[in-house]
Amino acid sequence: MVIKTENLNFYFGNQPVIKSLALQVPEGSIFGFLGPNGAGKTTTIKLLLNLLKLQEGSISIFGHELLSNRLEILRQIGSLIEQPAIYTHLTGKENLINRARLLEVPVDRADDMLKLVGLNDAGLKKAGNYSLGMKQRLGIGLALLANPKLLILDEPTNGLDPNGIIEVRELLIKLAKEEGKTVFVSSHMLAEVERMATHVGIINRGELVFQGSIQDLESISQPMVQVETDNTADAANYLKRNGYEIGHVTDSFITLPFTSKDNTATINAALHNNGHRIYSIGKVQKDLEQLFLNITQKS
Amino acid sequence: MKGFLLSLQSEFYKSRKTLGFWGAILLPTLIMFFMSVGFYFNAHKLVNHKPEMLWGQFAGIPLAIMGSLLLPMFIIFVAYSVNVIEHKSDTWKTLFTLPIPKWSIYTAKYLFAVILILITLTLFFVLTIGFGTLLGNIQPKLKFSGFHIETQLFQVYAKLFFASQGIIALQFLMSLLWKDFLKPMGIGFVGTIAGVILTGPARWEYAYLFPYAQPLLSVMGVGNKKIRPTETPVFFTNEVLISMAIAAVVFIAGYFILQRRSIK
Repeated sequence: MVIKTENLNFYFGNQPVIKSLALQVPEGSIFGFLGPNGAGKTTTIKLLLNLLKLQEGSISIFGHELLSNRLEILRQIGSLIEQPAIYTHLTGKENLINRARLLEVPVDRADDMLKLVGLNDAGLKKAGNYSLGMKQRLGIGLALLANPKLLILDEPTNGLDPNGIIEVRELLIKLAKEEGKTVFVSSHMLAEVERMATHVGIINRGELVFQGSIQDLESISQPMVQVETDNTADAANYLKRNGYEIGHVTDSFITLPFTSKDNTATINAALHNNGHRIYSIGKVQKDLEQLFLNITQKS
Repeated sequence: MKGFLLSLQSEFYKSRKTLGFWGAILLPTLIMFFMSVGFYFNAHKLVNHKPEMLWGQFAGIPLAIMGSLLLPMFIIFVAYSVNVIEHKSDTWKTLFTLPIPKWSIYTAKYLFAVILILITLTLFFVLTIGFGTLLGNIQPKLKFSGFHIETQLFQVYAKLFFASQGIIALQFLMSLLWKDFLKPMGIGFVGTIAGVILTGPARWEYAYLFPYAQPLLSVMGVGNKKIRPTETPVFFTNEVLISMAIAAVVFIAGYFILQRRSIK
């Protein structure tokens, strides 16, 4: 495990914001740290980087305890926390050069990073005049400067346009797959994490409500039968009267739990015989978005 | 140690385009330039001054302005300017996730503020001698060449520098902890005014204990004794010693506060 926390608790005053958090981030994974705004994602990240003082529990990174190996661990981490922290009175390139010198990395890396994050044309522009998306890219460039083994990125696609989001996603996938880096990325958008993560942790109100591989997450989502019909309300009432459990009804679809193929055929026949027009019927995996909502609402 | 040097170098790199850095150079340069221009055009009124008096007047004006009001206000500004870079760009969190010990980052930043004040005072000293000598050459009726003030003036500025350490430490810590400029500026301004009152009208005998009164006291001592070539003024007077002691205590306390603080 690259990141391992045990029984991590954190309080702002008397209010608990992180409760018994036990994260396990495997090496080489893209770990999507999901949760609604205010769930404790940034607090967790700040604890992992020792910006917030550890109150209860333990954090180990690269197999070493964080507090007693702080500098050695930080040397191998590149991070981006909340909005990008860049010196607005310096140019993009100067920001990179300043950091490169602090990290004792050759200053030529600044140009490589500008190219990597698509800012080579804006490198000599004052960073204060950058758009939010450009600042975010520069922030990612700064995080990657020292070629760290672990990247900790807090909402890295915030403020990016759709193209930028795709580029960042592809970059992170490439870094993990080709260079074996571990990427810990927080987000409040499931769709984004779903497209790149290999592992997922879902946090809500400071509690980790799910943790596992993306396949584990999909497998706990129950399959459903989705029926497209002309009058969904009537059809749903009819099915309900006949003892079926109805999941969800919209203007065009009814969804109900899948039990077997035969059962799907029976539903089809019953509706048809009752005079309903069936446009389509089939087994669907429960939408992860729905699942995410269910998990976070239940907890 | 390497982390400290890297951090100090970074402070120079970051601030070389800011008013905080250029202010340290421009303030003495402009004041001394305009004063020299004033002396040049009023040379006819000063021709009867003896060299000693002429130098005393030429060097005394900036010292009086600096000691009483300008230096404390300038320190407030410099101490804030080295910290505001991080407050404004929200970069404290990146500074403290660098693989550099916290004490290196803190000490480098603190020392950078001290260096800026040192640059200003050194320039005041150098430019006083430089412009005075220049005036003596281009306006020979001003008898600057008849007296050498270098040693005494150096001691006065060195004393002023050491007597400023208390204010630097206090203002630095306040500017480090508070993002809002009004707090360190307000406290600093009230402190400065109180310092002037305590040393001037009030003549409080323990004014040397009050950091904002210390630079003024250190210069006033010199003024009372008058600069005489034969006299060696006491360097480590009460206000200088107390100022340095306050600086040491506040600097160390600041580090412990920073250690215990969470970075927002």
